[in-house]
Amino acid sequence: MVKLTIDGKTITVPKGTTVLDAARKLDIPIPTLCHHPKLTPFGGCRMCIVEIKGIPRPVTSCTTPVTEGMEVITSSPRLEDLRKTILELILSDHPNDCMVCERAGDCTLQELAYFYGIKENRFQGERRRYEKRDGNPFIERDMEKCILCGRCVKVCSEVQGVGAIDFAYRGFNAKICPPYEHDLDCEFCGQCVAVCPTGALTGKMWALKGRQKEIKEVDTVCAYCGTGCNITLHVRRNEVVRVTSKENTWNEGWLCVKGRFGYKFINSPDRLKTPLIKKRGKFKEVSWEEALDYTAKKLNAIKKKYGPDSIGGLSSARCTTEENYLFQKFIRAVIGTNNVDHCARL
Amino acid sequence: MTNSIREIEGLEVIFIIGSNTKETHPVIANKMLKAVRKGAKLIVADPRRVPLAKFADIFLRLRHGTDVALLNGIAHVILKKGLHDKEFIKERTKGFEEWKESIKIFTPEYTSKITGIPKEDIIKTALIYGGSRKAGIFYTMGITQHTHGTANVNAIANLALLTGNIGREYTGINPLRGQNNVQGACDAGCLPNVYPGYQRVDMPMVKKKFEEAWGTTLSDKLGLKSTEMIPLAADGVIKAMYIMGENPVLSDPYMEHTVKALKNLEFLVVQDIFMTETAELADVVLPAACFAEKTGTFINTERKVQLLRKAVEPPGDAKEDLWIISELSNRMGYPMKYISAEEVFEELGSLWPALSGISYGRIQDRGIQWPCPTKDHPGTEYLYKAGFPRGKVSFTPTYYTPPAEVTNKEYPFVLTTGRNLFQYHTGSMTRRVAPIEKHAGDPYVEMNEKDALRLNIKNGDIIKVASRRGEISIKAKISRRVSEGTVFIPMHYREAAANVITNDASDPYAKTPEFKVCAVKIQK
Repeated sequence: MVKLTIDGKTITVPKGTTVLDAARKLDIPIPTLCHHPKLTPFGGCRMCIVEIKGIPRPVTSCTTPVTEGMEVITSSPRLEDLRKTILELILSDHPNDCMVCERAGDCTLQELAYFYGIKENRFQGERRRYEKRDGNPFIERDMEKCILCGRCVKVCSEVQGVGAIDFAYRGFNAKICPPYEHDLDCEFCGQCVAVCPTGALTGKMWALKGRQKEIKEVDTVCAYCGTGCNITLHVRRNEVVRVTSKENTWNEGWLCVKGRFGYKFINSPDRLKTPLIKKRGKFKEVSWEEALDYTAKKLNAIKKKYGPDSIGGLSSARCTTEENYLFQKFIRAVIGTNNVDHCARL
Repeated sequence: MTNSIREIEGLEVIFIIGSNTKETHPVIANKMLKAVRKGAKLIVADPRRVPLAKFADIFLRLRHGTDVALLNGIAHVILKKGLHDKEFIKERTKGFEEWKESIKIFTPEYTSKITGIPKEDIIKTALIYGGSRKAGIFYTMGITQHTHGTANVNAIANLALLTGNIGREYTGINPLRGQNNVQGACDAGCLPNVYPGYQRVDMPMVKKKFEEAWGTTLSDKLGLKSTEMIPLAADGVIKAMYIMGENPVLSDPYMEHTVKALKNLEFLVVQDIFMTETAELADVVLPAACFAEKTGTFINTERKVQLLRKAVEPPGDAKEDLWIISELSNRMGYPMKYISAEEVFEELGSLWPALSGISYGRIQDRGIQWPCPTKDHPGTEYLYKAGFPRGKVSFTPTYYTPPAEVTNKEYPFVLTTGRNLFQYHTGSMTRRVAPIEKHAGDPYVEMNEKDALRLNIKNGDIIKVASRRGEISIKAKISRRVSEGTVFIPMHYREAAANVITNDASDPYAKTPEFKVCAVKIQK
């Protein structure tokens, strides 16, 4: 264990802990852009700089391991001035179109600019312009908004094991892209979108569907495979407009392409909306009264004529446990047969 | 799963057999990769070079349907090297000696001959799996969808028993379930031989318990499995079916037969969210609410009961399934008056002790894994900590039997089916998601480049794949993923449905169809 003081507060942490993590344990806020708790440290954005007694220059707290007796200062006029300058430099090469940005209100860069009160920018220089948009159907990649924090590169490689993107070029021309700047062709898990601190990466299907206002968030469970990832549905005016997953869920906020982008079937125009009865080979829309009366009558008649074992029920591995319970109860207690199964074998 | 997803991170050895985890359970694959980064050894056994094989220490490309031989071969080496857990075998198992005899023939040489895997790899696998007491086995339908699926599962169980890799943290036999609530559907009793909680319908005491709870008389006759109902519908024995949220026309083998069977019914009622291929054949279609439109629970592959919350209203006149079932029941002379899903869940909990400690209140923030018998029980991350419920468990001798249908001159290719990353099952949901359709909307057959060269087939050519049961036209995708002589077709696409050609032969016990092997021919 290593003992150190941060802003005058003493803490003991395991060897190998970074100064940033030690400070967060003390609930001392240090601003970050490139740091992500589930990814390896990068030290790219420099926002997390701190002063350490005995070291002349500020150091990045996310990459500095603690040492015994270390004295750390996380906030000083010099540090805040440097941080503000860093932000100004980033924003000098940023579209700053928060008015129409999908991530407004949920953007780390915007939030930091707000806290540092950056209204005017001292730096007026050249800006990166990327006309070409990625043609993939899932992820909008607006590289003009990219601050090169590298989170997407790391998550793709470290968590997803794919490595679809990386840094290319140098200096002002540096950008993150797939090999040869082709369109993205990957697993489209959207983990990169989830960790992006700005509006550089967003879901294409989220566009103009609403941001924060009027959005209701509902925590629920994914409807696809049996993993049971915890998801949050973002709902606006009775429409699911986005799916995310929180970092503190057991699935750590990670999802797959189906879980993150496969929700549009909910609002599909193909959804069945009315009970139907087939008459002379054609479906006819009927009321629930008629459909239920007819079904009950038919099932009763067949049960009476051929016995309950002439009827079978197939339940659904996609329905809730409660619905499955009630379904088998219906087949067993109402129809009177054990002919009930579902697609576990298929 | 006997163990839990969280424990994957702590495994020393991950042995995946018959599971394309990266595509079918991507988030579980992420956990596996995390374990691999921490130093866990990864063994992948699959006839296809599935994406996780890239990360594997050993990739065992076995011939289709030779899993029993491989598993027995591994056990053979473990025994020979003395890596088995003698204490565990003595205290917690029976039938070891007889079983030991049964695997004598599975020497690395013999196993290699059947499976096509180099014997060095079989030995290496045995040393790695047998050398660890923190080893977990993971499988899916690649193990079960065979005419000898039950034997495959038994062979896996034998391996875990042999090494004592069960009943402790960071071990286990871990089938990964393919549907969000297939666990819950089984738990809730949607199986023909058991009531909720796997309580047998043919045991008088059990029957009496449910008769009292439900206030009616019940049948003690074992019911029919889904794969038995369909043929009996064709034969006119089953006269009516009520199908809720399933699409057997696409999901069952031998589509032509399935359609004929359903058409032969006097009455078919289908309750679904879309007009599926099955609903089209129905006499009555009832519009249901989807997962985002209702409250309830899903139970995931690790037995975790998680809360589903209603987020939006169903479209038009669509109704929750609970309402529909209750209304039907009311009309058939058995009143069901539930006021909420929670009330139904409590009734289920009252009939099955493993769930009785779980309430909606307890799972607001995070799910609880059953068994959870009391209100203060934390749930169970891994099973059999205190021993097996029936005392000592048996080793089950398993023997290698070839698939029901083998290749011949006329049908020289082995066809195997499964899912891909982007689509889901019969596609009724994902195929209505525009970006997914744009990216992965075309059916395809994966074939080896050497076969393609030999048959003069180019990537993207439309080719005919035919079995004794049917034929489809489908785009060729030249790939090294499948080995020579084998092809793969994803099951999702109605316009080139794999199940037009698959074999409806099934496992004699589980009645699971042999989707993973049938013989086909390919024509340009």
